[in-house]
Amino acid sequence: MNPKYRRLLIIIFIIMTLGLATKLILMALEENIIYFFTPNEIKMKYGNKANIQNTIRVGGLVLENSVIEKDGITKFNITDRSHKIEVLFDGLLPDLFREGQGIVVEGIFQNNKLIASQVLAKHDENYMPPEVADALIKNGVWQGEKK
Amino acid sequence: MFDWLANPNRFKRITNKLEPFLIVISIILIASGLYFGLFDSPKDYQQGDAVRIMYVHVPSAWLASFLFLSLAVSCIFYLAWKHPFADIISNTIAPIGAVFSVLTLVTGSLWGKPMWGTWWVWDARLTSMLVLFFFYLGYIILSNAFERKIDGSKSASVLALIGLINLPIIKFSVDWWHTLHQPSSILKFDGPSIDEQMLLPLILMFFGFSIFSLYLIIVNVKTKLIQKKCEALILKSNLKEFL
Repeated sequence: MNPKYRRLLIIIFIIMTLGLATKLILMALEENIIYFFTPNEIKMKYGNKANIQNTIRVGGLVLENSVIEKDGITKFNITDRSHKIEVLFDGLLPDLFREGQGIVVEGIFQNNKLIASQVLAKHDENYMPPEVADALIKNGVWQGEKK
Repeated sequence: MFDWLANPNRFKRITNKLEPFLIVISIILIASGLYFGLFDSPKDYQQGDAVRIMYVHVPSAWLASFLFLSLAVSCIFYLAWKHPFADIISNTIAPIGAVFSVLTLVTGSLWGKPMWGTWWVWDARLTSMLVLFFFYLGYIILSNAFERKIDGSKSASVLALIGLINLPIIKFSVDWWHTLHQPSSILKFDGPSIDEQMLLPLILMFFGFSIFSLYLIIVNVKTKLIQKKCEALILKSNLKEFL
Protein backbone atom coordinates (compact mmCIF):
# COMPACT_ATOMS: atom_id res chain seq x y z
CA MET A 1 0.00 0.00 0.00
CA ASN A 2 1.02 3.56 -0.60
CA PRO A 3 2.91 4.74 2.53
CA LYS A 4 0.76 7.90 2.70
CA TYR A 5 -2.40 5.89 3.14
CA ARG A 6 -0.72 3.48 5.50
CA ARG A 7 0.25 6.42 7.73
CA LEU A 8 -3.29 7.78 7.42
CA LEU A 9 -4.72 4.43 8.53
CA ILE A 10 -2.35 4.30 11.49
CA ILE A 11 -3.40 7.82 12.51
CA ILE A 12 -7.09 6.95 12.28
CA PHE A 13 -6.50 3.78 14.28
CA ILE A 14 -4.62 5.70 16.99
CA ILE A 15 -7.35 8.34 17.25
CA MET A 16 -10.06 5.69 17.54
CA THR A 17 -8.15 3.77 20.20
CA LEU A 18 -7.48 6.91 22.20
CA GLY A 19 -11.11 7.93 21.82
CA LEU A 20 -12.32 4.60 23.13
CA ALA A 21 -9.88 4.74 26.06
CA THR A 22 -11.04 8.26 26.90
CA LYS A 23 -14.67 7.19 26.76
CA LEU A 24 -14.02 4.33 29.17
CA ILE A 25 -12.17 6.64 31.56
CA LEU A 26 -14.95 9.22 31.45
CA MET A 27 -17.59 6.55 32.05
CA ALA A 28 -15.67 5.29 35.07
CA LEU A 29 -15.31 8.80 36.44
CA GLU A 30 -18.89 9.86 35.81
CA GLU A 31 -19.65 10.45 39.48
CA ASN A 32 -16.72 12.82 39.72
CA ILE A 33 -17.44 14.66 36.51
CA ILE A 34 -21.07 15.52 37.09
CA TYR A 35 -21.36 18.91 38.71
CA PHE A 36 -24.31 18.10 40.95
CA PHE A 37 -26.67 15.35 42.06
CA THR A 38 -30.43 15.61 41.76
CA PRO A 39 -32.52 15.18 44.94
CA ASN A 40 -33.62 11.83 43.55
CA GLU A 41 -30.03 10.63 43.18
CA ILE A 42 -29.27 11.77 46.75
CA LYS A 43 -32.19 9.76 48.02
CA MET A 44 -31.20 6.67 46.07
CA LYS A 45 -27.65 6.95 47.37
CA TYR A 46 -28.15 7.94 50.99
CA GLY A 47 -31.76 7.16 51.73
CA ASN A 48 -33.84 9.43 53.92
CA LYS A 49 -31.25 10.01 56.63
CA ALA A 50 -28.61 11.87 54.73
CA ASN A 51 -25.73 12.93 56.97
CA ILE A 52 -22.93 13.80 54.61
CA GLN A 53 -19.97 15.69 56.01
CA ASN A 54 -18.20 16.14 52.66
CA THR A 55 -19.28 19.07 50.54
CA ILE A 56 -21.82 17.99 47.97
CA ARG A 57 -23.78 19.78 45.25
CA VAL A 58 -27.47 19.32 44.61
CA GLY A 59 -29.25 20.72 41.56
CA GLY A 60 -32.94 21.21 40.97
CA LEU A 61 -35.73 23.75 41.01
CA VAL A 62 -36.70 26.02 43.88
CA LEU A 63 -40.00 24.55 45.04
CA GLU A 64 -42.89 26.99 44.73
CA ASN A 65 -44.17 28.52 47.99
CA SER A 66 -41.30 27.06 49.97
CA VAL A 67 -39.04 30.11 50.35
CA ILE A 68 -39.00 31.55 53.88
CA GLU A 69 -36.61 34.28 54.94
CA LYS A 70 -35.97 34.82 58.64
CA ASP A 71 -33.10 36.48 60.52
CA GLY A 72 -30.98 36.60 57.38
CA ILE A 73 -31.37 32.88 56.82
CA THR A 74 -33.19 31.67 53.72
CA LYS A 75 -35.02 28.39 53.98
CA PHE A 76 -36.37 26.69 50.87
CA ASN A 77 -36.89 23.32 49.27
CA ILE A 78 -35.06 22.17 46.16
CA THR A 79 -36.87 19.63 44.02
CA ASP A 80 -36.57 17.56 40.87
CA ARG A 81 -40.36 17.03 40.90
CA SER A 82 -39.98 13.58 42.42
CA HIS A 83 -38.15 14.33 45.66
CA LYS A 84 -37.35 17.46 47.60
CA ILE A 85 -34.58 18.50 49.95
CA GLU A 86 -34.69 21.22 52.58
CA VAL A 87 -31.99 23.88 52.22
CA LEU A 88 -30.73 26.46 54.72
CA PHE A 89 -28.61 29.32 53.45
CA ASP A 90 -27.30 32.49 55.10
CA GLY A 91 -25.44 34.07 52.19
CA LEU A 92 -26.18 36.24 49.20
CA LEU A 93 -28.57 34.71 46.66
CA PRO A 94 -27.97 35.21 42.90
CA ASP A 95 -30.24 37.66 41.04
CA LEU A 96 -31.98 34.88 39.17
CA PHE A 97 -33.02 33.14 42.38
CA ARG A 98 -36.80 32.83 42.61
CA GLU A 99 -39.43 30.15 42.91
CA GLY A 100 -39.35 27.67 40.06
CA GLN A 101 -35.81 28.67 39.04
CA GLY A 102 -33.15 26.04 38.42
CA ILE A 103 -30.35 26.27 40.98
CA VAL A 104 -27.31 24.39 42.21
CA VAL A 105 -26.67 24.34 45.96
CA GLU A 106 -23.30 23.48 47.46
CA GLY A 107 -23.10 22.47 51.09
CA ILE A 108 -23.08 19.70 53.68
CA PHE A 109 -25.92 17.53 54.91
CA GLN A 110 -26.96 17.62 58.54
CA ASN A 111 -29.99 15.63 59.65
CA ASN A 112 -31.28 15.42 56.11
CA LYS A 113 -31.03 19.19 55.71
CA LEU A 114 -28.63 20.77 53.29
CA ILE A 115 -26.60 23.52 54.98
CA ALA A 116 -25.61 25.56 51.94
CA SER A 117 -22.33 27.40 51.55
CA GLN A 118 -23.09 28.59 48.03
CA VAL A 119 -26.20 28.90 45.86
CA LEU A 120 -25.77 29.26 42.09
CA ALA A 121 -28.49 29.95 39.53
CA LYS A 122 -28.75 27.63 36.56
CA HIS A 123 -30.73 29.05 33.68
CA ASP A 124 -31.99 26.98 30.77
CA GLU A 125 -31.14 27.18 27.07
CA ASN A 126 -34.26 29.10 26.02
CA TYR A 127 -33.72 32.70 25.02
CA MET A 128 -36.65 34.95 24.19
CA PRO A 129 -37.88 38.50 24.65
CA PRO A 130 -40.06 39.16 27.74
CA GLU A 131 -43.15 39.79 25.57
CA VAL A 132 -42.86 36.35 23.98
CA ALA A 133 -42.47 34.72 27.38
CA ASP A 134 -45.54 36.59 28.67
CA ALA A 135 -47.57 35.55 25.64
CA LEU A 136 -46.56 31.90 26.10
CA ILE A 137 -47.62 31.97 29.74
CA LYS A 138 -50.88 33.70 28.88
CA ASN A 139 -51.73 31.10 26.27
CA GLY A 140 -50.83 28.29 28.62
CA VAL A 141 -48.15 26.78 26.41
CA TRP A 142 -45.23 27.72 28.68
CA GLN A 143 -42.81 24.82 28.97
CA GLY A 144 -39.79 26.42 30.59
CA GLU A 145 -39.04 27.21 34.16
CA LYS A 146 -41.76 29.04 36.01
CA LYS A 147 -41.39 32.78 35.79
CA MET B 1 -7.31 19.38 -4.43
CA PHE B 2 -5.02 19.86 -1.44
CA ASP B 3 -1.88 19.49 -3.53
CA TRP B 4 -3.28 21.93 -6.06
CA LEU B 5 -3.89 24.65 -3.46
CA ALA B 6 -0.70 23.86 -1.59
CA ASN B 7 1.42 25.32 -4.36
CA PRO B 8 2.73 28.53 -2.71
CA ASN B 9 2.59 30.61 -5.91
CA ARG B 10 -0.94 29.54 -6.76
CA PHE B 11 -1.96 30.14 -3.15
CA LYS B 12 -0.57 33.67 -3.29
CA ARG B 13 -2.24 34.41 -6.63
CA ILE B 14 -5.68 33.31 -5.47
CA THR B 15 -5.52 34.82 -2.00
CA ASN B 16 -4.24 38.18 -3.25
CA LYS B 17 -7.55 38.63 -5.03
CA LEU B 18 -9.58 37.23 -2.14
CA GLU B 19 -7.99 39.23 0.66
CA PRO B 20 -9.70 42.65 0.30
CA PHE B 21 -13.13 41.03 -0.06
CA LEU B 22 -12.63 38.96 3.09
CA ILE B 23 -11.65 41.88 5.28
CA VAL B 24 -14.47 44.10 4.00
CA ILE B 25 -17.12 41.39 4.40
CA SER B 26 -15.92 40.46 7.88
CA ILE B 27 -15.95 44.10 9.04
CA ILE B 28 -19.48 44.56 7.69
CA LEU B 29 -20.70 41.34 9.33
CA ILE B 30 -19.11 42.04 12.72
CA ALA B 31 -20.26 45.69 12.72
CA SER B 32 -23.85 44.77 11.87
CA GLY B 33 -23.73 41.85 14.32
CA LEU B 34 -22.59 44.18 17.09
CA TYR B 35 -25.25 46.75 16.15
CA PHE B 36 -28.06 44.18 16.24
CA GLY B 37 -26.58 42.47 19.27
CA LEU B 38 -26.11 45.57 21.40
CA PHE B 39 -28.88 47.91 20.24
CA ASP B 40 -31.48 46.28 18.07
CA SER B 41 -32.32 42.99 19.74
CA PRO B 42 -34.68 42.30 22.61
CA LYS B 43 -33.69 41.67 26.21
CA ASP B 44 -33.97 38.13 27.45
CA TYR B 45 -37.02 37.36 29.60
CA GLN B 46 -34.94 36.16 32.53
CA GLN B 47 -31.43 37.45 31.92
CA GLY B 48 -32.21 40.98 30.74
CA ASP B 49 -29.37 42.79 29.01
CA ALA B 50 -26.74 40.34 30.21
CA VAL B 51 -27.81 38.00 27.41
CA ARG B 52 -25.94 40.26 24.96
CA ILE B 53 -22.64 38.75 26.10
CA MET B 54 -23.81 35.67 24.23
CA TYR B 55 -23.25 37.39 20.87
CA VAL B 56 -19.51 37.37 21.49
CA HIS B 57 -19.29 34.32 23.74
CA VAL B 58 -21.04 31.73 21.57
CA PRO B 59 -19.40 32.59 18.20
CA SER B 60 -15.98 32.60 19.91
CA ALA B 61 -16.65 29.19 21.41
CA TRP B 62 -17.77 27.73 18.08
CA LEU B 63 -14.76 29.16 16.33
CA ALA B 64 -12.32 28.00 19.02
CA SER B 65 -13.63 24.44 18.50
CA PHE B 66 -13.88 24.69 14.72
CA LEU B 67 -10.36 26.09 14.39
CA PHE B 68 -9.03 23.23 16.50
CA LEU B 69 -10.76 20.78 14.19
CA SER B 70 -9.12 22.48 11.18
CA LEU B 71 -5.79 22.45 12.99
CA ALA B 72 -6.08 18.73 13.67
CA VAL B 73 -7.12 17.94 10.07
CA SER B 74 -4.17 19.94 8.82
CA CYS B 75 -1.94 18.00 11.23
CA ILE B 76 -3.25 14.73 9.82
CA PHE B 77 -2.29 15.94 6.34
CA TYR B 78 1.12 16.86 7.67
CA LEU B 79 1.70 13.53 9.39
CA ALA B 80 0.37 11.33 6.59
CA TRP B 81 1.35 13.33 3.49
CA LYS B 82 4.35 15.08 5.09
CA HIS B 83 3.44 18.23 3.22
CA PRO B 84 5.31 21.24 4.70
CA PHE B 85 2.48 23.57 3.65
CA ALA B 86 0.09 21.78 6.01
CA ASP B 87 2.50 22.49 8.85
CA ILE B 88 2.52 26.19 8.01
CA ILE B 89 -1.28 26.21 8.09
CA SER B 90 -1.50 24.49 11.49
CA ASN B 91 1.15 26.81 12.92
CA THR B 92 -0.94 29.75 11.74
CA ILE B 93 -4.26 28.46 13.06
CA ALA B 94 -2.97 27.73 16.58
CA PRO B 95 -2.54 31.27 17.98
CA ILE B 96 -5.81 32.45 16.39
CA GLY B 97 -7.72 29.55 17.94
CA ALA B 98 -6.00 30.19 21.26
CA VAL B 99 -7.22 33.80 21.21
CA PHE B 100 -10.79 32.69 20.53
CA SER B 101 -10.68 30.18 23.37
CA VAL B 102 -9.42 32.90 25.74
CA LEU B 103 -12.23 35.14 24.50
CA THR B 104 -14.71 32.34 25.21
CA LEU B 105 -13.40 31.78 28.73
CA VAL B 106 -13.26 35.48 29.60
CA THR B 107 -16.69 36.42 28.23
CA GLY B 108 -18.14 33.27 29.78
CA SER B 109 -16.72 34.30 33.12
CA LEU B 110 -18.15 37.81 32.76
CA TRP B 111 -21.52 36.28 31.91
CA GLY B 112 -21.39 33.72 34.70
CA LYS B 113 -20.85 36.21 37.50
CA PRO B 114 -24.13 38.14 37.12
CA MET B 115 -26.26 35.17 35.99
CA TRP B 116 -25.01 32.12 37.88
CA GLY B 117 -23.40 34.01 40.73
CA THR B 118 -19.86 32.80 40.13
CA TRP B 119 -16.93 33.58 37.83
CA TRP B 120 -15.89 29.99 37.45
CA VAL B 121 -16.97 26.46 38.36
CA TRP B 122 -15.28 23.18 37.55
CA ASP B 123 -18.17 21.69 35.62
CA ALA B 124 -17.60 19.53 32.54
CA ARG B 125 -18.25 22.23 29.91
CA LEU B 126 -16.05 24.91 31.46
CA THR B 127 -13.26 22.49 32.26
CA SER B 128 -13.20 20.92 28.79
CA MET B 129 -13.08 24.41 27.25
CA LEU B 130 -10.09 25.24 29.46
CA VAL B 131 -8.47 21.99 28.34
CA LEU B 132 -8.96 23.11 24.73
CA PHE B 133 -7.07 26.31 25.51
CA PHE B 134 -4.26 24.26 27.06
CA PHE B 135 -4.11 22.09 23.94
CA TYR B 136 -3.65 25.22 21.83
CA LEU B 137 -0.90 26.42 24.18
CA GLY B 138 0.71 22.98 24.21
CA TYR B 139 0.69 22.87 20.43
CA ILE B 140 2.34 26.29 20.14
CA ILE B 141 4.97 25.55 22.79
CA LEU B 142 5.77 22.05 21.55
CA SER B 143 6.11 23.05 17.91
CA ASN B 144 8.76 25.62 18.87
CA ALA B 145 10.49 23.56 21.53
CA PHE B 146 12.97 21.68 19.34
CA GLU B 147 16.17 22.73 17.69
CA ARG B 148 15.05 21.26 14.40
CA LYS B 149 11.65 22.65 13.44
CA ILE B 150 10.59 19.33 11.90
CA ASP B 151 10.86 17.52 15.26
CA GLY B 152 8.65 20.13 16.87
CA SER B 153 6.11 20.00 14.05
CA LYS B 154 5.79 16.23 14.31
CA SER B 155 5.35 16.05 18.07
CA ALA B 156 2.99 19.04 18.12
CA SER B 157 0.88 17.42 15.39
CA VAL B 158 0.56 14.27 17.46
CA LEU B 159 -0.56 16.43 20.40
CA ALA B 160 -3.21 18.03 18.17
CA LEU B 161 -4.54 14.56 17.29
CA ILE B 162 -4.91 13.76 20.98
CA GLY B 163 -6.66 17.09 21.46
CA LEU B 164 -9.14 16.11 18.78
CA ILE B 165 -10.78 13.76 21.29
CA ASN B 166 -11.57 16.76 23.49
CA LEU B 167 -13.86 18.31 20.86
CA PRO B 168 -16.83 15.91 21.18
CA ILE B 169 -16.37 16.12 24.95
CA ILE B 170 -16.84 19.90 24.81
CA LYS B 171 -19.86 19.60 22.54
CA PHE B 172 -21.68 16.87 24.42
CA SER B 173 -20.50 17.62 27.98
CA VAL B 174 -23.76 19.45 28.67
CA ASP B 175 -25.81 16.42 27.54
CA TRP B 176 -23.72 13.63 29.08
CA TRP B 177 -23.33 15.07 32.56
CA HIS B 178 -25.13 17.44 34.90
CA THR B 179 -23.42 20.77 34.38
CA LEU B 180 -24.03 24.30 35.57
CA HIS B 181 -23.66 25.42 31.97
CA GLN B 182 -26.91 25.33 30.01
CA PRO B 183 -27.31 22.88 27.10
CA SER B 184 -26.99 23.94 23.46
CA SER B 185 -29.70 26.28 22.15
CA ILE B 186 -28.98 26.09 18.45
CA LEU B 187 -27.44 22.80 17.37
CA LYS B 188 -30.07 20.52 18.81
CA PHE B 189 -32.54 18.03 17.44
CA ASP B 190 -35.80 19.92 17.90
CA GLY B 191 -34.61 23.17 16.33
CA PRO B 192 -33.13 26.25 17.95
CA SER B 193 -34.69 27.41 21.21
CA ILE B 194 -33.71 31.00 20.72
CA ASP B 195 -35.79 33.88 19.43
CA GLU B 196 -35.19 34.78 15.76
CA GLN B 197 -34.31 38.36 16.63
CA MET B 198 -31.58 37.04 18.92
CA LEU B 199 -30.43 34.40 16.46
CA LEU B 200 -29.69 37.02 13.78
CA PRO B 201 -26.82 38.87 15.59
CA LEU B 202 -25.45 35.52 16.74
CA ILE B 203 -25.22 34.21 13.18
CA LEU B 204 -23.85 37.52 11.85
CA MET B 205 -21.13 37.53 14.49
CA PHE B 206 -20.27 33.89 13.81
CA PHE B 207 -19.77 34.44 10.08
CA GLY B 208 -17.97 37.71 10.77
CA PHE B 209 -15.54 36.00 13.14
CA SER B 210 -15.07 33.06 10.74
CA ILE B 211 -14.27 35.23 7.72
CA PHE B 212 -12.01 37.43 9.81
CA SER B 213 -10.12 34.33 10.98
CA LEU B 214 -9.81 33.16 7.38
CA TYR B 215 -8.37 36.55 6.50
CA LEU B 216 -5.88 36.38 9.38
CA ILE B 217 -4.86 32.85 8.39
CA ILE B 218 -4.24 33.87 4.77
CA VAL B 219 -2.18 36.94 5.71
CA ASN B 220 -0.13 34.94 8.20
CA VAL B 221 0.48 32.06 5.81
CA LYS B 222 1.68 34.51 3.16
CA THR B 223 4.03 36.14 5.65
CA LYS B 224 5.43 32.77 6.60
CA LEU B 225 5.94 31.82 2.95
CA ILE B 226 7.88 35.04 2.34
CA GLN B 227 9.88 34.40 5.50
CA LYS B 228 10.81 30.93 4.26
CA LYS B 229 11.85 32.33 0.89
CA CYS B 230 14.07 34.92 2.58
CA GLU B 231 15.67 32.27 4.73
CA ALA B 232 16.33 30.17 1.67
CA LEU B 233 17.87 33.14 -0.18
CA ILE B 234 20.14 33.99 2.77
CA LEU B 235 21.21 30.38 2.98
CA LYS B 236 21.98 30.38 -0.73
CA SER B 237 24.07 33.54 -0.61
CA ASN B 238 25.93 32.29 2.45
CA LEU B 239 26.64 29.09 0.60
CA LYS B 240 28.01 31.02 -2.40
CA GLU B 241 30.35 33.01 -0.19
CA PHE B 242 31.49 29.82 1.44
CA LEU B 243 32.31 28.24 -1.88
